[in-house]
Amino acid sequence: MWKFLHPYANPETTYHFTNKLLPWLTALAALFLSIGLVWALLFAPADYQQGDSFRIFYVHVPAASLSMGIYVSMAIAALCSLVWQLKLADASAAAMAPVGAAFTAIALITGAAWGKPMWGTWWIWDARLTSELILLFLYLGVIALHNAFEDKNLAGKAAGILTLVGVINIPIIKYSVDWWNTLHQGSTVSKLGKPSMSLDMLWPFIFCFIGFALLAGVIICLRFRNEILARNSIRPWVRQLVEKQLA
Amino acid sequence: MNPRRKKRLAIVATILIGLGVVSGFVLYALSQNIDLFFTPSEITQGKKDTGLKPSIGQRIRIGGLVVPGSVKRDPESLKVSFKLSDMTMPIVFNDSDPMVTVYYEGILPDLFREGQGIVANGTLTEHPPTGLSIEASEVLAKHDENYMPAELAEAAGQKHEKAGYSAKQLENK
Repeated sequence: MWKFLHPYANPETTYHFTNKLLPWLTALAALFLSIGLVWALLFAPADYQQGDSFRIFYVHVPAASLSMGIYVSMAIAALCSLVWQLKLADASAAAMAPVGAAFTAIALITGAAWGKPMWGTWWIWDARLTSELILLFLYLGVIALHNAFEDKNLAGKAAGILTLVGVINIPIIKYSVDWWNTLHQGSTVSKLGKPSMSLDMLWPFIFCFIGFALLAGVIICLRFRNEILARNSIRPWVRQLVEKQLA
Repeated sequence: MNPRRKKRLAIVATILIGLGVVSGFVLYALSQNIDLFFTPSEITQGKKDTGLKPSIGQRIRIGGLVVPGSVKRDPESLKVSFKLSDMTMPIVFNDSDPMVTVYYEGILPDLFREGQGIVANGTLTEHPPTGLSIEASEVLAKHDENYMPAELAEAAGQKHEKAGYSAKQLENK
């Protein structure tokens, strides 16, 4: 069943695959983000209570869901690296961590900027905000561990264990607003049944969300490519590549 | 899968399941403390499963819906009082619902409306005419997860005007 993936265990094959993937991802990300953001920020109707402040939703929600999504993919990579000892899985986890951390920080900062005028406070220690802050610290810990060891295999192992332990935080973030009473509102878009948003506000959100997800894909691809090169710098195929670039 | 990988997978899975169970128990044990606020019915009748009740003089947070028609504002100052009742879906207000009065002096957040969710932070006191009440030092608006354009909201009969302040009310601030 997984036979088609076997060639990608080879760093060279995967490097060339990311090269082919990148222009497509970049073009699609630019397309979706430009349509989504222009639609969301200029043409979507203002909210009946919050007015234009609600537009921060179009950045905050994609950033927050991607911060969790990237963490889950990082955890899957960490599991593959621990069980099957795939070196490339480590490289991909190392490529994902800073991107996820950036999205977490964006979610926290945009949330605080919205919270001040709407709730009346920048920050409150409720379950949703606190667990998202813990996610940021988990990301920072994973990044630190990846860089703490000279031996990349050892670093990958240590960071992988932390990543897997931290996975417990993901359902806590997701369901914190249902399990406990919090100041943060419940989920708007991912509700079963129909979303609590009118359609002319929801469509631009879908474009923004796909756009930000593709943007994350582009940045992760770029970083993954660099990780592969850095970790294989003594291999002949990398040397040939560099010589071709210099010539 | 070869036996070494199987063994590693088993170790990782056992540790993860163990950690999951442990954190599940910890969160369950702490569940009363992770709640951000008490609801009005929890203040008057105690928490549902433990019967835990805040005592008079205790500093707590309360969260509930502002009962329509209960907001009383002093025309001369920023003093305001309003009643809170439990957040229920669908939203209905009955006179028999448990209610707690909140007394506050200060500017209310933009989203403060009648029928809107509020979280207030203050001391629980007993006021003779109104019963249990909160002397609040901070009032935060709790926004719900519904977003809609103004035309739709008007069609659905939602009120959305802000509370304004007169110059006289603001001058003693």
